[in-house]
Amino acid sequence: MTKRQTAHAEADDAGADVAAAGAKTEKPAKTVVASKRRVKEAASASASAKPNAPKNASPSRAKKPKAAGATGGEAPVPLEPTPDLGLAQGRASKARQPDMPLVDEVLARHDRRLPEMLVSQLKAKLAPLKEKLNEEQMVTVVEETYSSYIKALIEPGEAAGTVAAQSVGEPGTQMTLRTFHYAGVRELNVTLGLPRLIEIVDARRLPSTPTMTIYLDDEHKRDLTKAKDIASNIETVTVENVAKSIGYEMLNNFTIEVDAEMCEDKLIDINYIAKSIEKLKIPGKVSVEGNTITVEPETTDRAKIKRIRERIMDLRLKGLKGIKRVVIEKKGDEYLLRTDGSNLAQVIENVKGIDRRKVYTNNISEIAEVLGIEAARSAIIREAFEVLDQQGLDVDVRHVILIADLMTSTGKIRQIGRHGVSGEKSSVLARAAFEVTVKHLLDAASHGEEDRLEGVTENVIVGQPIPLGTGIVELFMRFSKEGT
Amino acid sequence: MSLSELAKSVHAIKFGLLSPEDIRKMSVVNIKAADTYDEDGVPIETGLMDRKLGTIEPGQRCQTCGNRVGQCPGHFGHIELARPVVHPGFAKLIYLMLRATCWNCGRLLLSEEDYRKYSLRMVKYKKKWPQFRFKLSDQIVKKAIKINECPYCHEGQFKIKFEKPTGYSEERKEGPKRIYSNEIRSRLERITDADAALIGLDPSLARPEWMLLTVLPVPPSTVRPSITLESGVRSEDDLTHKLVDIIRINERLSENIDAGAPQLIIEDLWELLQYHVTTYFDNETSGIPPARHRSGRPLRTIAQRLKGKEGRFRSNLSGKRVDFSARTVISPDPIISMNEVGVPVEIAKQLTIPERINRYNLEEMKAVIANGPDDHPGANYIIRPDGRRIDLRFPKDRKVIADAVDVGYIVERHLKDGDVVLFNRQPSLHRMSIMAHKVRVLPYKTFRLNLCVCPPYNADFDGDEMNLHVPQSEEARAEALVLMLVQEQILSPRYGGPIMGGIQDYISGAYMLTRKSTKLSRADASQLLTSAGYRGELPPPASTSPEYWTGKQLASLFFPKGFNYTLKSNICQKCDVCKQEDCENDAYVVIKDGKLVAGVIDKKSIGAQQPESVLHRLVKDYGTGMGSYYIDNAFKLFLAFIDSRGLTIGLDDEELPESGRLKVKADIQHAEEEVAKNINAYHEGLLERLPGRTLEETLETQIMQILENAREESGKTAKKYLREDNTALLMANTGARGSLMNLAHMVACVGQQAVRGERISRGYQNRTLPHFKPGDLGAEAHGFVYSSYKDKLNPIEFFFHAMGGREGLVDTAVRTSQSGYMQRRLINALQDIRVEYDWTVRATDGSIIQYIYGDDGIDPAKSDHGAAVNIDKIIERVSVGGK
Repeated sequence: MTKRQTAHAEADDAGADVAAAGAKTEKPAKTVVASKRRVKEAASASASAKPNAPKNASPSRAKKPKAAGATGGEAPVPLEPTPDLGLAQGRASKARQPDMPLVDEVLARHDRRLPEMLVSQLKAKLAPLKEKLNEEQMVTVVEETYSSYIKALIEPGEAAGTVAAQSVGEPGTQMTLRTFHYAGVRELNVTLGLPRLIEIVDARRLPSTPTMTIYLDDEHKRDLTKAKDIASNIETVTVENVAKSIGYEMLNNFTIEVDAEMCEDKLIDINYIAKSIEKLKIPGKVSVEGNTITVEPETTDRAKIKRIRERIMDLRLKGLKGIKRVVIEKKGDEYLLRTDGSNLAQVIENVKGIDRRKVYTNNISEIAEVLGIEAARSAIIREAFEVLDQQGLDVDVRHVILIADLMTSTGKIRQIGRHGVSGEKSSVLARAAFEVTVKHLLDAASHGEEDRLEGVTENVIVGQPIPLGTGIVELFMRFSKEGT
Repeated sequence: MSLSELAKSVHAIKFGLLSPEDIRKMSVVNIKAADTYDEDGVPIETGLMDRKLGTIEPGQRCQTCGNRVGQCPGHFGHIELARPVVHPGFAKLIYLMLRATCWNCGRLLLSEEDYRKYSLRMVKYKKKWPQFRFKLSDQIVKKAIKINECPYCHEGQFKIKFEKPTGYSEERKEGPKRIYSNEIRSRLERITDADAALIGLDPSLARPEWMLLTVLPVPPSTVRPSITLESGVRSEDDLTHKLVDIIRINERLSENIDAGAPQLIIEDLWELLQYHVTTYFDNETSGIPPARHRSGRPLRTIAQRLKGKEGRFRSNLSGKRVDFSARTVISPDPIISMNEVGVPVEIAKQLTIPERINRYNLEEMKAVIANGPDDHPGANYIIRPDGRRIDLRFPKDRKVIADAVDVGYIVERHLKDGDVVLFNRQPSLHRMSIMAHKVRVLPYKTFRLNLCVCPPYNADFDGDEMNLHVPQSEEARAEALVLMLVQEQILSPRYGGPIMGGIQDYISGAYMLTRKSTKLSRADASQLLTSAGYRGELPPPASTSPEYWTGKQLASLFFPKGFNYTLKSNICQKCDVCKQEDCENDAYVVIKDGKLVAGVIDKKSIGAQQPESVLHRLVKDYGTGMGSYYIDNAFKLFLAFIDSRGLTIGLDDEELPESGRLKVKADIQHAEEEVAKNINAYHEGLLERLPGRTLEETLETQIMQILENAREESGKTAKKYLREDNTALLMANTGARGSLMNLAHMVACVGQQAVRGERISRGYQNRTLPHFKPGDLGAEAHGFVYSSYKDKLNPIEFFFHAMGGREGLVDTAVRTSQSGYMQRRLINALQDIRVEYDWTVRATDGSIIQYIYGDDGIDPAKSDHGAAVNIDKIIERVSVGGK
């Protein structure tokens, strides 16, 4: 394989799981170990439980609910699991999984299936006990594990959504509002706490503090100067950054005095600056003299000149669009880059010397655009969970996963709120009861809409039992008035 | 009423427009008079309060249906408008329809080809993806608008302008020409049903021309009741006022038309009628001034009645008022069970439960009836099998009634001990905010609750009030008991750990009881165990001469046999190498076969919101019954012990010995010198800039760091010099209340006050207060509080401290509203999602959200702190059982 091909393949691979892999090695400063572990478990569970899910669910697969996704678009099958160490761990544990055929055997005996995560855990825990436990005991352990698993299964009818919403919403009251926090490096501020959580469920296109974490490849990660090289290629440098002063000389021209020291620091040549300005194709002349560049536009209109001047000042000489600053951080014995501002597509595609599979950004909509909806789902889970975790709030990942799944189930990121999930509900009454009441009622009238009263709010409004929990039952016994 | 009778009586609700015929058909009276009542207070016929519209006065019968106040639902009337008027809610849609259809022939402006294409597509969409048909309609309308010549009658189309809120005009060659409502109506009439369907209407329910009103329905008087003030003056509802305006103008308009008045006058009146109708529907329409009451208050018309938090939807339809509820102040009661709630007798006498008499409860019910409404285990009403209610307040001799009742009667009896009720504290943020308790009727006037249920309700007793609801049906009670009982909620679905458990004194008490130094005489041990409800044998004493029992022995009596667990307690110092059982702090808790072998019980073992605690294991492995048993009994032991010993803090607990005080002082002085050094370096330009920071920011971070370290250091010093038996320290260490930082604030140094995460820097120019020189960068000038709370804060420090404190208060206020809104949105978006019988997670329309819940189908509430199965536990059990 030629070098170019390799790079290409790598890029493709990166496309598949940058978000997940990027998470792999990154570990936020304050991490409650216990909860981290749970993310991991749930993550690997997702990978494994999925294929045999229907089997697992068989105990009372009495009826299939209404034709799946006849409306509302098919929910994508989560191919990639939840983020974080899950994936790596899964692979690794498979590699050094102890040989315990007994476990599979016992499970197969009654056609029982467990999530793969549990199976490998079982094997790992039973293997060192081969001497201590006899076979009968081993069998008991496996069987008890299975029955415990069945007991812990969620029950049909469970209001999983409400529980998830409460579990994520309730701790919100305990979160701090002080938004800024340092992300690893002291120099970079990142929004955290309640505002960040709101930002995530709002599905904002631009987070208030976009930031990327870029890992370097083997060749570059141990060398500070090489790391610096890459950093300087990413970081945006505008004319304004390297200019000492920009002044009007005469009526129709102005000069830019270049700070030589800055230029050297950023590895930029003055002629290059001049050439870049020329490339703007402003009618007029650009000349260089010592440390000053003189720009002579053809027009004499002051307002126009002012606009030209601003354009030149914002002219990007170097770096990627949107990345305002790059900070090099040392982690263990390798260097990595953290950026202020985010441009995932460009970084993955154009920057050399980085480990493409580990690139990460906190801009979820960007991830959705570049890597697809599954990656965005993982990113939502990761980001939301991290916010809760960082505040020391213990919330089960499954709740966060459900919210992320709901937000991404149509293939596009939908906001939790009026412009997304709530606004697209099929029930008129549910929409009217949430926000913009009158508009929904008027629209419903002109469209001749019908409310089938299938949701919670609608049934509360008409005063009927809601179709959740014990209300899921649709079969009733008729008592005759006469006999008892 | 049983569930089966209730099952789905409303299957669906269809929305649509009322046609003029519909309105006339359902109307009981044509309203013509603009008045309500005459001088005698009698409703005027054909007036807005016509008796046919329903009754609002008690005692009167409705002239239409013959029912009395509570039964008569009210009946609509109508007003015949002299000229059609635009319904303001559909003004925009009308505008689109005018532009999308031909003014001449009324056809949708689409080429025949497009028309066929879209018609086919619409049919397909309706069948397959009903929700997409509106998007298709938008597309069709957009396309039709662009066409300038009618493909059918080949008339050229004019540009139409929309003047908000309800005006339309055409740009003709001879200049703009207004399109009046009757013209609009006749144009819309020409739209065929098929075209209307393409535009997105359902012509069987909403013909386009119905969006122009020729008849206005008049809501029943029950919807807009007039109120009589004490002075006897009648005050009419806002809607009535608005309707009066409409009738008046309508009358004048038709008079003028009949009299053949000039066009200009008619148009003016017409315009005015339009204004009144517009504000009648929505008084906040942009572009026109809101109609006002005489007092200047804007009228609350139809749209305002529906909208917002106080509107019909959120306040009356999504939330409803209920009977059989009570609310009062709460207070603590450590003696009642966590599953119980203390209900004041007075409330118990008001709230009733309908109980059907059968042969088993006949005698009891007779006694209850004889007691009547005023004596506690009494009853307020009897319902005879024929449905008649008998009020027990009035009969003189209730004995007679009691003797007369028989099987089949229903008695509405008072609440008594053991009844199941729902108990709630707002804000109801999670499901543990409403739990089922068993009633315990108690004297005095507050609800009493066990302290262990404070965390899930987030309740304290500084004046909190709580609500109580009494389920009335057998089904409701059964569900409450099985699903909502407090003990069933010990494990939170949020993280799969206990949310209830010991707080404050429970923890201090447990620690004091179980620490090594506790030795109890036979009398003491017996006393403690008795008050904890222990009825078994006293175990053999730990030592016979002198005879004593250890606290650990007593605490062990409440663990089940065969219970094994080890954990590190809260007082653990987190040494590098754990000495386990030999820990000098006794911080390594070992429970073997239900015996507390080593370690002290503290927050990590029995605390609320502590996953992987002893309490968690008990509930998880032995069931919720074990959980409530342990909390109701063992916890009483801890309280009994702390009762017998006492626990208090006073000024002497904040006293540091001289040496300690000097050390704190020295530490702070050292920090101050450091700060001064940095400031000097900054002034001399020797300070090295941190990457990505300005010089000033660098200095600021460094100073903050130094001062923070200084405070920390002083805290450590405080801890070191405080006496072993310091109760404040005890509480901080065991996790009962407070932290070391709180203690350090009181004892050593309060430290840096911050606003917006930075040192205080605002106030005067270049300085915070006039006490400092401008440009002073020192610690004192920017809110460092040297003193401790005990020492006293000087006025400057006090001021800075208040600034920091204020920020905290503002923060909380802002946060609650923000997180409240987020929670509302989350709930609204997710509430319909449920797990189906095939383990998929779906929304109401059947769309799949997850193929299996949470990627492994595990219910977090049933999980072991997130894990599906605790394999270690199983292995341990099996290996022990095998030997």
